Amino acid sequence: MVAFDEMKGTDGAVRPAYSELARWLGDVRPDVLEYRRKEAELLFRRIGITFAVYGEADAQERLIPFDVIPRILAAQEWDTLRRGLEQRVKAINAYLRDIYGRREILKAGIVPEDLVFQNPVFRPEMNGQKVPHDIYVHIAGIDVIRVDADTFYVLEDNARTPSGVSYMLENREIMMRLFPDLFSRHRIAPVENYPDELLATLKSLAPDSAAADPTVVLLTPGVYNSAYYEHSFLADKLGIELVEGRDLFVKAGIVYMRTTQGPKRVDVIYRRVDDDFLDPLTFRPDSALGVAGLMSAYQAGNVTLSNAVGTGIADDKAIYSYMPNILKFYLGEEPILKNVPTWCCREPEHLAYVLDHLEELVVKEVHGSGGYGMLIGPMADKAQIAAFRMKLKLDPKGFIAQPTLALSTCPTCVEAGVAPRHVDLRPFVLSGRDRIRIVPGGLTRVALKQGSLVVNSSQGGGTKDTWVLDR
Amino acid sequence: MLSRTADNLYWLARYVERAEYLARILEATQRLTAMPLAYIGETNEWESAVATAGCAGAFFAIHDEANEDTVTDFLAFSSENPSSIRNCFEVARANARAIRTALTIEMWEAINTAWLELKRFGNQPASREDLARFLRWVQESSLRFDGSAYRTMLRNDAYWFSRVGVYMERADNTARILDVKYHLLLPAHEHVGGPLDYYQWSGILRSVSALTAYHWVYRESLKPWLIADLLILNEQMPRSLASCYENLVQNLDRIAGNYGRQGPAQRQARNVRARLQNARMDDIFQTGLHEFITAFVEDNNRLGSAITQQYLA
Repeated sequence: MVAFDEMKGTDGAVRPAYSELARWLGDVRPDVLEYRRKEAELLFRRIGITFAVYGEADAQERLIPFDVIPRILAAQEWDTLRRGLEQRVKAINAYLRDIYGRREILKAGIVPEDLVFQNPVFRPEMNGQKVPHDIYVHIAGIDVIRVDADTFYVLEDNARTPSGVSYMLENREIMMRLFPDLFSRHRIAPVENYPDELLATLKSLAPDSAAADPTVVLLTPGVYNSAYYEHSFLADKLGIELVEGRDLFVKAGIVYMRTTQGPKRVDVIYRRVDDDFLDPLTFRPDSALGVAGLMSAYQAGNVTLSNAVGTGIADDKAIYSYMPNILKFYLGEEPILKNVPTWCCREPEHLAYVLDHLEELVVKEVHGSGGYGMLIGPMADKAQIAAFRMKLKLDPKGFIAQPTLALSTCPTCVEAGVAPRHVDLRPFVLSGRDRIRIVPGGLTRVALKQGSLVVNSSQGGGTKDTWVLDR
Repeated sequence: MLSRTADNLYWLARYVERAEYLARILEATQRLTAMPLAYIGETNEWESAVATAGCAGAFFAIHDEANEDTVTDFLAFSSENPSSIRNCFEVARANARAIRTALTIEMWEAINTAWLELKRFGNQPASREDLARFLRWVQESSLRFDGSAYRTMLRNDAYWFSRVGVYMERADNTARILDVKYHLLLPAHEHVGGPLDYYQWSGILRSVSALTAYHWVYRESLKPWLIADLLILNEQMPRSLASCYENLVQNLDRIAGNYGRQGPAQRQARNVRARLQNARMDDIFQTGLHEFITAFVEDNNRLGSAITQQYLA
């Protein structure tokens, strides 16, 4: 299986978007790259851009490895992606509106009912509940992979609390500091307006009862959360308060924050806390991260939660395979971005096929994330395959399977010099009351180990700056 | 501003200030104990250092004897002492991390760099030179943080709360030195120690970095009552109680002005300042230096709780 290389294609000829970079890579001395890499690491460490890996003692703060060679997309490639992303997110929002409303799609038999109602992330509290301006997913992170010159697949939709956008922004800043010359040789679409776009989106979603200039806050689980850096980074860039559950309280259906000048009303909460922990009175009673009564304020329409509660039923791995049909159902259009062919093990014929082809498939847990609980058939040994066979038979509904795709590769700094490594891309899609906003680019994740297809930062993945070339 | 943010800023400033103060105490004690006994008398300066740091209780709960090793470890490195220099930086950094957005880049880098460097200094200095280097470094880190705050922060409530933290901590520290050493500062006619105390006096001045200042202000050899005057009533001396309260009143008033509302914290600060402004050293000695200091410590604690209730809770 030969992967498509974004710089050299499959035939070794440098593709146009990469011509300048290829020339530069040919000229640059290897020790310069290594020196810059160290410099970048120092910058990240000093600024404090860190993340936590759960389950690792003494690793409360680690750096995500940063690769100094950018990943480049041509303008027309990005155009296709952008249109596809908009279309996909529109469909996701229409689907959520329908599921918590009239449920036409279930009546039409396009999505199996049990996939919704027996899904632990389905929130019955949201049934018939209007959300401000009828939009559920305001911030989506859509993971996209590429397999050849023309084909991008959506690998995963993230419609709950997608993270990573701070890396998109910081990677760009650091690249501009380290490689001003390389920048001046390209025309790169900026990403630095993302915080403004996000704030405009969030403000547009304030409930009608809010003041003309609504108060927006970012709700974080706190400093021990793996994405805490991102939370504080974004709050800073947006110029909004970074609050924890204990900073908020609800009185007579209105949410307030505790300030040095007394209580202040809050209109929009960009929450980076999962549904389960939002409100101990409605969800997990042991949650210390949430705000008692928040759901009642939300249901009364006095506050916007961003994203809405219950969006998990649009992004779990079991619903994923239905997305193309969901999209056609609501928009009457063909999906611009394809799905990776997926076997739903809940369906007996699919299960049979999967069990017969475990050696060549990737098997994922429906509710897994972060690259945990995955089987990559071609790289697994007999014991791992046997273990997954058992798991599949015991709980077929808990799994999906996909072909092992040759993710595209990009030139990457490794110990032996510059070599191709597999990448994916997470662009961020903002859906406001007025329109959809997408800044050109996203977070490129790279699997630093040779041959590895796992790009997750918790599993040794790194990141790259993503350049969308201007026309 | 979020109450929690104000609380974090306030304590961040206090812990950084406290770390510097602890370093000064250790330095001054080190110096004093290096003297021949004939010059300082038979006192246990290490025990007095623990008392001046305000953690005698915690110290004797785990150590039987106060000596150079146990006290240095406890005040500088111990994880069992919540106010050791190490813990001060740990807590300061944790506070800073929780409110990254309220700090300037320079402040964050100052505290984060200090925290990263702290790891380079082990838990056990190899020599007195190493320890001395460490103590210098603590003071420089604190200065860098304080300087970054002063030079880069917007003059708004975030800055004022951080300043209030600094001056509360300073007032507390200076009062504590006075509380432990007051018997050395009584006027000559009540005094029994004699010339032995000279080095004690300079030690006190060193621990509040005021030895040079003393000479500039009084142009005299060290006199205990003048030292007391410098530390309590002299408004030019940045670590005096009077100067701390002048600054506390100013910063609390700015907060009140900005918010358009006065409260118990402003009233309490102004009361204490008035008392310090109206006091004369003679009267203080007359009614008792120790009584005066004890009353001040209580007043200072009252202001602390007023600030917490009014703004930080």
